[in-house]
Amino acid sequence: MTAMTYPLSADVQKQQAMQEPAWIRMFLIGLTLIFLTLFLFIPLISVFYEAFKKGADVYLAAITDPDAVAAIKLTLTIAAIAVPLNMIFGIAAAWAIAKFEFRGKNLLITLIDLPFSVSPVVSGLIYVLVFGLQGWFGSWLAEHDIKIIFAVPGIVLATVFVTVPFIARELIPLMQEQGTEEEEAAVVLGASGWQTVYQVTLPNIKWGLLYGAILCNARAMGEFGAVSVVSGHIRGSTNTMPLHVEILYNEYNFAAAFAVASLLALLALVTLALKTLIEFRNQQHQQRGQE
Amino acid sequence: MYTFKQHSILPGFNLALGFTLLYLSLIVLIPLSAAFIRTAELTWPEFWTTVTTPRVLASYRLTFGASFAAACVNAIFGLLVAWVLVRYHFPGKKIVDALVDLPFALPTAVAGIALTALYAGNGWIGQFLEPLGIKVAFTPLGIFVALTFIGLPFVVRTVQPVLEDIETELEEAAATLGANRWQTFTRIIFPAIFPALMTGFALAFARAIGEYGSVIFIAGNMPMVSEITPLLIVTKLEQYDYAGATALSVVMLVISFFLLLIINLLQWWSRRRNSTT
Repeated sequence: MTAMTYPLSADVQKQQAMQEPAWIRMFLIGLTLIFLTLFLFIPLISVFYEAFKKGADVYLAAITDPDAVAAIKLTLTIAAIAVPLNMIFGIAAAWAIAKFEFRGKNLLITLIDLPFSVSPVVSGLIYVLVFGLQGWFGSWLAEHDIKIIFAVPGIVLATVFVTVPFIARELIPLMQEQGTEEEEAAVVLGASGWQTVYQVTLPNIKWGLLYGAILCNARAMGEFGAVSVVSGHIRGSTNTMPLHVEILYNEYNFAAAFAVASLLALLALVTLALKTLIEFRNQQHQQRGQE
Repeated sequence: MYTFKQHSILPGFNLALGFTLLYLSLIVLIPLSAAFIRTAELTWPEFWTTVTTPRVLASYRLTFGASFAAACVNAIFGLLVAWVLVRYHFPGKKIVDALVDLPFALPTAVAGIALTALYAGNGWIGQFLEPLGIKVAFTPLGIFVALTFIGLPFVVRTVQPVLEDIETELEEAAATLGANRWQTFTRIIFPAIFPALMTGFALAFARAIGEYGSVIFIAGNMPMVSEITPLLIVTKLEQYDYAGATALSVVMLVISFFLLLIINLLQWWSRRRNSTT
């Protein structure tokens, strides 16, 4: 609106004073695109190129191989356990942190973020120290014939560990911003605690929850280091998709390795697309709210 | 009406906080404490010799050196990418913006094998570098490339929002007072985004130090030459050297916690800087 009140020439002058010369702009855009092409686009394209290099038959054979199918099933199962668990945790943590004032809140937020700064390898190792044969509960577990390390429960635990922060850290700032007025109104009008959460809070945070869940899912399905330490790499039983990629690659079966990898790359692209869609929706929503 | 300053009428605080603390303790705190408690079984000299053998020291130098170099490249190019995405318009900008997060979404093992295939002697990029005498795959240079890839989004995503929030009035004022664009950038814009830039740098560095999946494929993993510390931990585990693996992971954890502290301080600095401008 303010631009309309300037005479046109002044507007152009202002533009020039506020912007770099055209050749610098072109140079910077060019440099950015070259850098991103080299470091992002080419690696992404090469995954699909290598996967299909030996033809669609080899590709299909690789992803329908029984071991590959078992790996895909295991990866889906683990995400189906880890994501809901961290969703419940995220809602509970955000409810306590965003809706109430208490001492040590900042320390709690830091603790939730902690798994992000731990090396994936260390994340796996700590579970070996607790549940492994040499670990705290190792001999007790062995006596009762319960396998956690080198079995599916260990993989689930390591995956849950590395994905703990994803949903909580989306919900905490969102719920802090929304405040407590709507929930308080619901409670004053006689709603129970659960009713308030179901009918007031959840509808308000559903997009943030979905956003966090998408990122959490991508990491849960793609985690390598932590899972690699606790998995034991047993084909067809404790091999997740990323670990299956590693095994195939180390056997010099590159076409098959890239075929399975291309499924994970596709997952990454779908994740980015959904993430961008939700961000776009939020922007529109905010603009509408401001008008 | 009541005032809700001291207490809240909302229910569920005890349940929510209790569940949060229980979950965090079981999943994060107790397992993490296992690393420290098991290491405490070693005497101090035993611990010190374990974490300072020549092979371990070489792995620290490589891990920190490559991570530092990658974080530096990410700081420079991350700032460039953020600047171009915020200030300029070009076709396909939305897609480029969305794809910047690819290293967050792409599983590290996939990034690892893709980069290795690209930079191997017969790969798309490697075939051009090989005649120049530059070997990337299976050398420390490959580790640097992998760490640059995985750290790429951090600086972009910390600098971008700060750059978007800078009031153009300040730049207009600087231009009115006779500053050229370069002066405006170095004296007005850069100081405003510097804390965010440092935060992004620290985040990329911290992530690179612990990185495992993308590195092991491209590194070649030769002891003393191209073996990173996380890989050494795995190697020790596979040799059933639990004490050695645990001692090394405690060193890594202490460094991670220290970096986390620095990152929190930087974020606090960044927030304060932005609220005063």
